[in-house]
Amino acid sequence: MKEYQTITEISGPLVYAEVDEAIGYDEIVEIETAQGETLRGQVLESSEGVVAIQVFEGTSGIDQNASVRFLGETMKMPVTEDLLGRVLDGSGRPIDDGPEIVPEERQDIVGAAINPYSREYPEEFIETGVSAIDGMNTLVRGQKLPIFSSSGQPHSELAMQIARQASVPEEEEGDDEEGSEFAVIFGAMGITQEEANEFMEDFERTGALERSVVFMNLADDPAVERTVTPRMVLTTAEYLAFEKDYHVLVILTDMTNYCEALREIGAAREEVPGRRGYPGYMYTDLAQLYERAGRIQGREGSVTQIPILTMPGDDDTHPIPDLTGYITEGQIYVDPDLNSQGLQPPINVLPSLSRLMDDGIGEGLTREDHADVKDQMFAAYAEGEDLRDLVNIVGREALSELDNKYLDFADAFESEFVDQGFDQNRDIEETLEIGWDLLSMLPKDALNRIDEEFIEEYYREEDSERQVVEAAD
Amino acid sequence: MSKAESTETTPSEDGVIQSVSGPVVSARDLDARMNDVVYVGDEGLMGEVIEIEGDITTIQVYEETSGVAPGEPVENTGEPLSVDLGPGMLDAIYDGVQRPLDVLEGKMGSPYLDRGVDAPGIDLEEEWEFEPTVEVGDEVGRGDVVGVVEETVTIDHKVMVPPDALDEGETTEVTAVESGSFDVTETVAELANGTDVSMHQEWPVREARPSENKKTPRTPLVSGQRILDGLFPIAKGGTAAIPGPFGSGKTVTQHQLAKYADADIIVYVGCGERGNEMTEVIEDFPELEDPANGNPLMARTSLIANTSNMPVAARESCIYTGITIAEYYRDMGYDVALMADSTSRWAEAMREISSRLEEMPGEEGYPAYLAARLAQFYERAGYFENVNGTEGSVSAIGAVSPPGGDFSEPVTQNTLRIVKTFWALDADLAERRHFPSINWNESYSLYKDQLDPWFEDEVADDWAEKRQWAVDVLDEETELQEIVQLVGKDALPDDQQLTLEVARYLREAYLQQNAFHPVDTYCPPEKTYLMLTTIETFNDEAFKALEAGVPVEEIVDTESAPRINRIGVQEDYEEYVEELKADITEELRSLY
Repeated sequence: MKEYQTITEISGPLVYAEVDEAIGYDEIVEIETAQGETLRGQVLESSEGVVAIQVFEGTSGIDQNASVRFLGETMKMPVTEDLLGRVLDGSGRPIDDGPEIVPEERQDIVGAAINPYSREYPEEFIETGVSAIDGMNTLVRGQKLPIFSSSGQPHSELAMQIARQASVPEEEEGDDEEGSEFAVIFGAMGITQEEANEFMEDFERTGALERSVVFMNLADDPAVERTVTPRMVLTTAEYLAFEKDYHVLVILTDMTNYCEALREIGAAREEVPGRRGYPGYMYTDLAQLYERAGRIQGREGSVTQIPILTMPGDDDTHPIPDLTGYITEGQIYVDPDLNSQGLQPPINVLPSLSRLMDDGIGEGLTREDHADVKDQMFAAYAEGEDLRDLVNIVGREALSELDNKYLDFADAFESEFVDQGFDQNRDIEETLEIGWDLLSMLPKDALNRIDEEFIEEYYREEDSERQVVEAAD
Repeated sequence: MSKAESTETTPSEDGVIQSVSGPVVSARDLDARMNDVVYVGDEGLMGEVIEIEGDITTIQVYEETSGVAPGEPVENTGEPLSVDLGPGMLDAIYDGVQRPLDVLEGKMGSPYLDRGVDAPGIDLEEEWEFEPTVEVGDEVGRGDVVGVVEETVTIDHKVMVPPDALDEGETTEVTAVESGSFDVTETVAELANGTDVSMHQEWPVREARPSENKKTPRTPLVSGQRILDGLFPIAKGGTAAIPGPFGSGKTVTQHQLAKYADADIIVYVGCGERGNEMTEVIEDFPELEDPANGNPLMARTSLIANTSNMPVAARESCIYTGITIAEYYRDMGYDVALMADSTSRWAEAMREISSRLEEMPGEEGYPAYLAARLAQFYERAGYFENVNGTEGSVSAIGAVSPPGGDFSEPVTQNTLRIVKTFWALDADLAERRHFPSINWNESYSLYKDQLDPWFEDEVADDWAEKRQWAVDVLDEETELQEIVQLVGKDALPDDQQLTLEVARYLREAYLQQNAFHPVDTYCPPEKTYLMLTTIETFNDEAFKALEAGVPVEEIVDTESAPRINRIGVQEDYEEYVEELKADITEELRSLY
């Protein structure tokens, strides 16, 4: 391995060095500074005679006398089942004083695309115990369902609640210990130490740590390192899922910080920027992360992703949520208004969506009336929401009896269905029963999205009056 | 360059890689023409020449370039990117450069797409039963059919004289013709001018296949979707755009069209979209029945899946691969419908490559040639008279994914300048789960007038009048809703309240359609028409009742009218509608 002391230019996170051999694109580089510190980087552009290197830890301390070593391989993640229970830094090195990790394999972190022909369509319901998700925007194994939030919202609590409660109903009936093959991989990118502590404490309190792998790139860690953290996370996830048969839930937070890091590198390379200064290839880049969720035919495990992103200015047309929404299979909105009303979790179900839900619910999966109940609740809640604006102008008295019922429904939907608290775990049966309690506030013939059979079976005839009174209180 | 022949071609001048930056590689000393296909590096990654400057050639590579280093060789094939055309394209699933994904899975022995593995677009060894339709001594021109092969249960694949074998108008004699089992490379007919006709043709993807001329399309592409057939129809050979923000139902609409449109052949291009969605198509389509004949849907479908995480350059080419396959079936005289989901991802792929080339950007960073490329693509659709005298069509339906759902962005705008049907998806409708969430105020179809005669002949004489009635009611509702937002519904006069009620049935029963309900998912035009007339019956009777002094509340509270909402799910809809119309009339008349 040759060493070079040929750095010609240092600019932001980039270092340019002259070389006299062929260096592969994406190859890993070690740079040793005069102080004896070793920094790691990656080849971003390779031409004859000169390469551009992106340094993960930042370029401070590097001078033109620093020596550059090319390792002759692209970035790899050492993977083994023993990673479970461990805490690593953003580049995959252990930081928990545990024993040395003996890798079983070293896998390329730039995962190859899964052949769509080899995929298996996700249709196994995951019970998160959160009504607003299970009932209205169901998550399935192998799905990528991001949480769209904004600064100051309790998205972390929601993510923790999902990580804690997520299970697949059939498994609970099995006699061997429930969820034994379930693993959580947590990738933190640029979050604060405090936020990270919350996650860690929750993991330790609930004993979830032993079935988790934690990757920590904190706010004060180098930004460039953030571009590799999620790839480390997903490589580990794929290994555990497709080679060790785990059902892996990946939580990535915060994708906004990841995208900022991409922009930083793009700017340093003087690339032509796309919207709002983010690189034009951000869609492709994000797709290469999100698309690593899924199931593969003939393999037991699955990778389910819940990326969290904070929308700058709570604006979902911002490039980060926008591009994410086009790649992921739906999204869960955390709503600041609902949060200030004290709803826990403050999920706004109307703009939220789970694209894979229709195949994951219904008879034999959840319950035969699930799809109809969901449709009707969406329609009724939307109707009630609309009427709220009107009430502000004309007052309740000016509305018809039915409209008043819709208003009551919308209120009750928020207070009873959505607001369940971060510690309550509801099974799907309970969620749907609450749904019927609420729908029974409406007259039977307003339930035009529900099959008559189900109305016969589940509609609460005599209770309906009581419900209205209760909700109106 | 077609992969079917890659092993036989001897490369011309080889070059050496000079630099690598993502999917863009530049090479020195490569003797190549624009758009030639080259093999890059020791692993032989497939790429295409996109810029030549002095002795430096710039190449876009269709595969991941990690680890590729300067100094590695570049091999030129001397041919442009082409597709293999022949039997076997239906019931197949390809990536963006027509590599069959099922074959790749076998070759790579892994569920992941590795690099440097190649496979021809059609199986070169599979034998097909060739039945000649010409005899020795017959005169044939370019594009003429010399025989047929049963490609799938649904489709007879016609073996044609390649369009470049003869000049326009020229004919030649058939000197030999075979019959029996052959693979696609074997000669099945010989022509006097020396051409050997086999079942396999190649065609460069960026070049439209020749045709005699383009005609005005006059037959609708019946989709079985009420809002499309009823209000905004597309013609066979027409173009349509479906723009909408994420979550508004572009993909479901495209899937519905692929499943139920009455085209002979469907080419579905998943361009930069989700892997799981493509898997859904792969799993569902073989099990679904073709509504026209009950055969599996895959028997008429060719899928191109270039998911968002596959290399960006292949995404740029997948649209061309798709339309070339579509044109080939058009030449046989078939009606082909091509769905491209999504053209925005295609445009973004162009942008990404363009910015790597450091070209001067146009609007929002898109290359200045964006509009031209979009126009070229949609112009390859149309109702054609083919070179062999048959008629065939290619309908192109492109989804557009505007950032933030803002239709003023360049891809949407440039698309709208070309296409004649516009199905605007609406996030508000999607949020209240009104599906398909096509906004009836913003959408339009410029084919309406030329298609009305067909609907009037085939479905009902007053098809156009009824549509106009529905449009008028919906327009009036939009205006009234603005007032309702201010003063509430009860402040409106009785007749306007009733109009709102009628409009509500139009929205909830007629415009909404449940794609996941086994019956409602496909609605033949007859049913679409009957549903509309039922609502009109309610409208007419209700207004008569109102005139006779019946209070609007009583009219709205009738028991029979809400059954309109259930017409969609009725299998025996004719009987149901007849009964319902009678009940509505009777009940409303009993009020006065």
